[in-house]
Amino acid sequence: MPLLEIRKVSRRFGDLKALDDVSLSIEAGEFFTLVGPSGCGKTTLLRMIAGFDEPDDGELLLDGRLLAGISPEKRPVHTVFQSYALFPHLSVAQNVAFPLEMAGVGRDERRRRLAEALALVALTDKAERYPNELSGGQKQRVALARSLIDQPRVLLLDEPLAALDAKLREQIQGELIALQRKIGITFVFVTHSQQEALALSQRIAVMNQGRIEQIGAPAEIYNYPKNRFVADFIGTINLLPVEVREAAADHLRLFASGLGDLVGPPAATARPGQHGVLALRPEQVGIVAGVPAQELGNHFQGRVRDYLYLGDVTVYKVALDNGVIVEALVANSLPGPTRFLERGDPVGIAWRRDAGVYLHD
Amino acid sequence: MKRGAPGLWAAALSVYAFLYVPLAIVVLFSFNDSMLSAEWVGFTTRWYATLFADQQMLDAAANSLFIALSAASLSTVLGTMAGLAMARRRSAWLGGLPLLVLGPVAMPELLLGVSLLLFFRQVLDLTLGLLSILIAHVTFSIGFVAVVVRSSLAMLDESIFEAARDLGASSWQTFRHVTLPLIRPAVLAGFLMSFTLSIDDFVITFFVAGVGVTTLPLQIYSLIKVAVTPEINAVSTLLMALTLTLIALAAKLAPDALKGRL
Repeated sequence: MPLLEIRKVSRRFGDLKALDDVSLSIEAGEFFTLVGPSGCGKTTLLRMIAGFDEPDDGELLLDGRLLAGISPEKRPVHTVFQSYALFPHLSVAQNVAFPLEMAGVGRDERRRRLAEALALVALTDKAERYPNELSGGQKQRVALARSLIDQPRVLLLDEPLAALDAKLREQIQGELIALQRKIGITFVFVTHSQQEALALSQRIAVMNQGRIEQIGAPAEIYNYPKNRFVADFIGTINLLPVEVREAAADHLRLFASGLGDLVGPPAATARPGQHGVLALRPEQVGIVAGVPAQELGNHFQGRVRDYLYLGDVTVYKVALDNGVIVEALVANSLPGPTRFLERGDPVGIAWRRDAGVYLHD
Repeated sequence: MKRGAPGLWAAALSVYAFLYVPLAIVVLFSFNDSMLSAEWVGFTTRWYATLFADQQMLDAAANSLFIALSAASLSTVLGTMAGLAMARRRSAWLGGLPLLVLGPVAMPELLLGVSLLLFFRQVLDLTLGLLSILIAHVTFSIGFVAVVVRSSLAMLDESIFEAARDLGASSWQTFRHVTLPLIRPAVLAGFLMSFTLSIDDFVITFFVAGVGVTTLPLQIYSLIKVAVTPEINAVSTLLMALTLTLIALAAKLAPDALKGRL
């Protein structure tokens, strides 16, 4: 039995469908992420799990028990809010011990568990401080300790890294994963950042306009997006318009107008004559000055339109003969000064025949 | 302000002089050793001694303190509840509430006095006295408390109240452990303001006091009709000192609330 089950949940705010027939289940101990652009319904879903909102249709079950009508304070679910929502008039220790105090846990027990919780987030020496004396990262750890001290069944995290700067965010991502593995509590994480979703999660649900577009492991979502929205939202992707010529069991024969024939990976939904796109990640596209590498399979001519130097990699935008612009990612792995292809240089680009995903229109 | 702008300093000083010189004269002459307040004769505190021997004045002061304490307590409880409801803004109906609560604050005192008098006499058929004064004072104080409490709530991150519920606190526990400690300065400021408004009020009290009961401002007025005695200067000085102290205290407790942010 899954720990948390969401069955056909819908929620409307006036004319807006915040959630539209959403179903998903989350297993005990999972690090599960809801990702999507703002307004996709992820926060509404989180608030329903916490008990701050109720569905118009459908139901939520925790440990097989219906959650409807159970108020937030009675659910074994805690939330780490985006603003951390620390109590400004209470010290770190009082903040962290708050759930135990509300539940009437005895003094000795409270003290013991407080010490454990503070140690868990390495804040033992800050116990007597007040929230306004803490840095962003420390506040975040207080919020975590406070939400974990009475061992909820599920911990909800509402964009908890959004307020931190990039370097700290990366560090805390690592800490969150380690923490979740250590304590084994189910995390449901909400973010609009696809990078965070890929880095943190065991499974991801990509949401858009109140619906779930795809659920899967990070690599599955990244490599096999089910539709254009997921392909476009997660990472960067090239979309090459194609027409299906032949759909074989182990490959597709495709035709790109203005370029010619190419071969793609098999797709169950593809039918001859159908129009669609071949979605290719920039790192799957090879680039060579002069003649394209025949052995890669699909190869075409183009000219460098522009490039973006990012340190570890350089992203080239190459205009193909039919006008389509394809991004190719080149790792800057050679020692010494990086040499760039200049704007206007003729280049060949190539990719493997089994690379990419065919998505029909 | 830039240093060396003597024109500005002079202007500011004359405004303050305009505001405070009349008050300073009252204070000064309360220590003047002369029955006639016209000129300075010498320093004395005997008018204060006279004041504390004046039984009528003491009775009036006792009434004023009793009414001010009760009215402030009642308005604080009611006004805090109104402020909490206003801050929550769950419905369109509550959206209009702030204006309604502020009605008595904005209305001309004379009008409020007359309408309260009519209400007490003709609708409630209440004998005018301490109770009618008390109710009248609560009426015009609630709005002040509500506004101060609401603006202090508006400055807090709303998610901390959700966090409290989320972490297992019932509605009452949330109020007791989170909301109340955070709005305590505003509630206290509201109490002090209500107290000040009540102890200083003349116009409305004049209408609803009836014949038997008198308060300090009413007593001062009735004496002044005869003559301005140094004793009046003395009681005015004490009242002024009390009011200024309370207002200063309230301003310290809820600085933003008193800047008139609604």
